[in-house]
Amino acid sequence: MGTVPIYLVLAPWRHLGALGFALFWMLAASGIYLYIRFDTSIAGAYDSIGALEWWFGGVLRSLHRYAADAFVVVLALHILRELAAGRFRGFRAFTWISGVPLVWLLYASGIVGYWLVWDARAQFSAQATAEWMLAAGIGAEPMARNFLGGESITDRLFSLFVFLHIGLPLALLAGMWVHVQRLGRPATVAPRALAFGLLGMLLALALLHPVASGARWDPAAVPQGLQMDWFLLFVHPLMYATSPALLWWAVGGVTLALAALPYLAARPRAPVAQVDPANCNGCGRCVADCPYEAVTLVGKRALVVEARCAACGICAGACPSATPFRSVAELASGIDLPDLTVHALRERMQQALPADEVVFRCEHARGSGGIALRCLAMLPPSFVEYALRNGARRVKAIGCREGECAWRTGLELSAERFAGAREPHLRPTVTYARHGDAYEFALR
Amino acid sequence: MKRALQIAAQLALYVPLMALIGYFSTEPRFSTLAPDEALVRLSFIHAAERKEPCRQRSPEELAKLAPNMRAALDCPRERAVLLVELEVDGQVALRREVPPSGVQRDGNATVYHRLPLPAGRHRIVARLRDRPGEGFNYEREATLELAPGAALLIDFSKGKGGFVFRS
Repeated sequence: MGTVPIYLVLAPWRHLGALGFALFWMLAASGIYLYIRFDTSIAGAYDSIGALEWWFGGVLRSLHRYAADAFVVVLALHILRELAAGRFRGFRAFTWISGVPLVWLLYASGIVGYWLVWDARAQFSAQATAEWMLAAGIGAEPMARNFLGGESITDRLFSLFVFLHIGLPLALLAGMWVHVQRLGRPATVAPRALAFGLLGMLLALALLHPVASGARWDPAAVPQGLQMDWFLLFVHPLMYATSPALLWWAVGGVTLALAALPYLAARPRAPVAQVDPANCNGCGRCVADCPYEAVTLVGKRALVVEARCAACGICAGACPSATPFRSVAELASGIDLPDLTVHALRERMQQALPADEVVFRCEHARGSGGIALRCLAMLPPSFVEYALRNGARRVKAIGCREGECAWRTGLELSAERFAGAREPHLRPTVTYARHGDAYEFALR
Repeated sequence: MKRALQIAAQLALYVPLMALIGYFSTEPRFSTLAPDEALVRLSFIHAAERKEPCRQRSPEELAKLAPNMRAALDCPRERAVLLVELEVDGQVALRREVPPSGVQRDGNATVYHRLPLPAGRHRIVARLRDRPGEGFNYEREATLELAPGAALLIDFSKGKGGFVFRS
């Protein structure tokens, strides 16, 4: 593996959220077929699952199950990665907090799905859930009594299971939609190679290790020697190893801690972007480019929503007023960072000229030196041309490593601007070459 | 070459992930009971009798009420606390007071208790008091052979005369 660049090896790590979406669609597609074949009755459910032909229905059933497990793994990695990167506080608080209920919804969807099989594992899970609900005195008495044997189980209850197993995933999908609402260009579609690789892996697993039902649900027996799905059902053994009350405290505590984390670990924020009405013409480029949906247009003027602003400066890089060719003493952009203005950038560039090489560097990029930017996309392309026409033989612009942009979309936006596919674009009189995370520019 | 490396790198990740998911989706196996144990579940919902009996209103009391509110009986809503006891082989395994639900304490009381027992023959006595006062007003006794892994459900239904043992 020594020859494989690390960014290739770790590619899935950069797309965990999108892989979550991919797994959701795999679950939905396989679930639709299983629902068509499923008999929603006490007498028929178990047999209808057993009657699935191994080569299609059986494979889809296994895929459905393993995709749910993979979803749990991807979700856990997604949480850990964002946590480790500190991407949960400040302007990211909404996205982080809106992700917390998704954990509950994923688990609830998965656990109810197990009940539909109506085998010994379903019996164990349903009874354990009923005991847990009863311990909290939640108004689940009739349902709990059904599972614990006090009432006769009817087909109506089964209809409720099916309703829950469709309704909860739909709520999960709605929650996922809310989760990405504060992201500009949200990555909800995984790269094709990754998504198909994951699908292939799950299909291979479904063929090699097909899922099987346990013994039929038997109220007169306690399910023993269960083949447990530890990804989704681990909470039940945890409850029996401790107590229902302790499990409530643990689950509630973790949920509250996750939801409160953005505030418990808050840090001082950099000054947010500010709009200069005299220089804003309402073109909307900053609105289109903001990676966190922090800029909106009100009438013909940009407006910064302070709570969402990351102070990344990408909006300043998008502003048509931020061109150093303007013959004004004080270069004022329509939208700018108070602590790192485009005027200050122009001054630093002018101080560096003439020079063999002028380097613009994202402050999150490797190496040091050059003119520091909050993000590579904070650099208006006209700065490159200005430097080349005013005494620089070469200009370099260095960003974060590919796929590792500190502000999500800075590399992508810069690439599009330099390629002329996005405003403000690099003029055709300037050529460039890209070498990984660095661009080199020269006049034609 | 780059494409081949990408595929190799993906495989290097997917194969362990496949092994992880494949193994932990079924193993290690889990049992809630030891191999030589059976389970007794005491599970019922029951509304106890009223804590205070209904009282006949006097003509003076009725006259003070609005015409549409003149019910002859005044029945306090609060119900008695259940007292439930489970005895196994002469030993009290459970004795619990269970209050009625609801803000006015006029709802059902919910009882659930899970009791693993060594498999074999057991004399089980279930007792319940659902009214104010002393002693128990419901009792059922049975001597049962519980096989390893068997589940005995002890339910209560006033309509069926009291405790119901189901195995």
